[in-house]
Amino acid sequence: MRFLLETARLAVRSILRNVLRSALTVLGIVIGVAAVIGMVGIGQGTTAEVTGQVSDLGSDLLVVHPGSIMTGGQLAPLFDEADFLAIVDQINGIEAEPLVARSGSAVFGGESTATTIEGADNGAIDILGYDLAQGRVFAETEMRSGAPVCVIGSTVREELFGVGNPIGETIRVRQLACEVVGLLVSKGATLGQDDDNVVFLPVRTMQRRVAGSRDIDAILVTVNDPQRMGRVETEIEALMRERRGIGPLEEDDFDVADMAEVASMVSDITGILTGLLAALAAISLLVGGIGIMNIMLVSVTERTREIGIRLAVGATGGQVLLQFLVEAVFLSAIGGAVGILLGLGLAWLVTGLLSVTFIVDPVIIAVAFLFAAFVGVLFGYFPARRAARLDPIEALRHQ
Amino acid sequence: MSAAPVIELRGITKVFGRAAATVHALKGVDLSIASGEFVSIMGPSGSGKSTLMNITGLLDQPTAGHYLFGGAEVGDLSRDERALLRRHFLGFVFQGYNLLPRTSALENVELPLIYQGRPAAERHEAAMAALTRVGLAGRESHRPSELSGGQQQRVAIARAIVARPDVLLADEPTGNLDTARSREIMDLLQELNETEGLTIVMVTHDPKMAACSRRIVTVVDGLISDDATVGEAA
Repeated sequence: MRFLLETARLAVRSILRNVLRSALTVLGIVIGVAAVIGMVGIGQGTTAEVTGQVSDLGSDLLVVHPGSIMTGGQLAPLFDEADFLAIVDQINGIEAEPLVARSGSAVFGGESTATTIEGADNGAIDILGYDLAQGRVFAETEMRSGAPVCVIGSTVREELFGVGNPIGETIRVRQLACEVVGLLVSKGATLGQDDDNVVFLPVRTMQRRVAGSRDIDAILVTVNDPQRMGRVETEIEALMRERRGIGPLEEDDFDVADMAEVASMVSDITGILTGLLAALAAISLLVGGIGIMNIMLVSVTERTREIGIRLAVGATGGQVLLQFLVEAVFLSAIGGAVGILLGLGLAWLVTGLLSVTFIVDPVIIAVAFLFAAFVGVLFGYFPARRAARLDPIEALRHQ
Repeated sequence: MSAAPVIELRGITKVFGRAAATVHALKGVDLSIASGEFVSIMGPSGSGKSTLMNITGLLDQPTAGHYLFGGAEVGDLSRDERALLRRHFLGFVFQGYNLLPRTSALENVELPLIYQGRPAAERHEAAMAALTRVGLAGRESHRPSELSGGQQQRVAIARAIVARPDVLLADEPTGNLDTARSREIMDLLQELNETEGLTIVMVTHDPKMAACSRRIVTVVDGLISDDATVGEAA
């Protein structure tokens, strides 16, 4: 035990004696561990975020929108009110809400802000997970008549009113002057997009006075019985294919997205990415380990005479082996610790930029650290054994 | 000189290399050294005196023959067993001092005690005493590069005696020193031999140094050619 303590002290000293070299030696380990910790942290944060978002929206939600992202060439035609009504009429056990979205600016007094303008009725605002902070939602008559009223997100409020009360004020949304009747509770951001930078208008108001058409960008469908999700999805698909005149061999030019499906897809993708990056990081650790082995071999050669002296005064091969092994393990453990800090910093920074939760997983940290230390044992063993097997007479003669 | 032999070599041979390239460094050496003796081993280069020293110091293994150390057979011990014997019973002084660089004199002297597993306080005390014994009190925090050759060799001697060994083995201890420094080192060795009864075996090619010991063993061509007691007049 006492000898082990001396060995540890010796290892620290030897590492400190050549700080720059030690630092360069462990760089590979640092990068490898930082990559693992950083990537896993970002991946976990993103997955948690997406999962949280989906549970916000509810797993009973289907989003029907024209033209999947993959549709090359020309854009698929948008839905219109007839499509929406067809869904409402012909599919059982659902509730549907139309959604019309545009970007534009909102202006109040001298203040102006670029925002997302959404045509959505009370039901859709609720489905999207917004709660009212102040004021009221749209009145039934306002939605039916397309009245110039709006409910604003907290970012828009800050931009236009600062801390002032927006309720009852009239703002200009694109060309439309409308009265702010409600303010929403802040939802925060998802994946870098600020969900509070939004102005909601009744769908009819949006169509008539802002978009200037009866087009619908998306239809939110809530399925009453979650067991029927798959069935409803198929029914909607069949209905829309018929309405849009898509032949049996043609692909859909619209998409029915199941939010749970989207979530599992996103987490699958982040999982694959995390795995890939972890594999790259493992290679970096391997290279780092070889770096340590290389420097330890150099160190053994440089210190051949020292090893000879130690052997002459009575060190056993095992004690010499331990000395060099402990040094290698210390080096890689220091690299691991620095890598963990760096990785956490990286994850913190990136999750901050993406407005995603920053998650610290102690298991991953422990595994990364132990793995780094293990790399030290693995790659330190060979040079240490070489030191331990030196012939004391030869070693003492070494210049 | 009636004490039991601490070192007894019987028919020691050492062969280096294999097949056609073999070199017979030692061809059957018999040598007995009693406790408290101060023996010089002399001989021309290539005579085998260094090999004899290495085997006596348990740094090397004989090819054949018997080596009794303190009455026990040690000629066929393993590497680690020999290391343990060196640790507890032998001290070494080399021509090139062989101190750890960038390490204080005190820590150099403590080295054998670290491998003996002694607690730090005890190590410090013993190492300070040994440094004082060789006349280097006050230099304990100096590094080898801050000491003269003679002083470095004194540190090496302190390291060799700190664990109170049975035998001190010195390989050309004055080979790198001028006459005056050599004289001082020899005086120190003589004093350790006389006042503390430390058994010393020293390899040298310098007859003046050998004359400081009490017995001179001459090795020529792998065999002991002469074994003489140094006369009072010499």
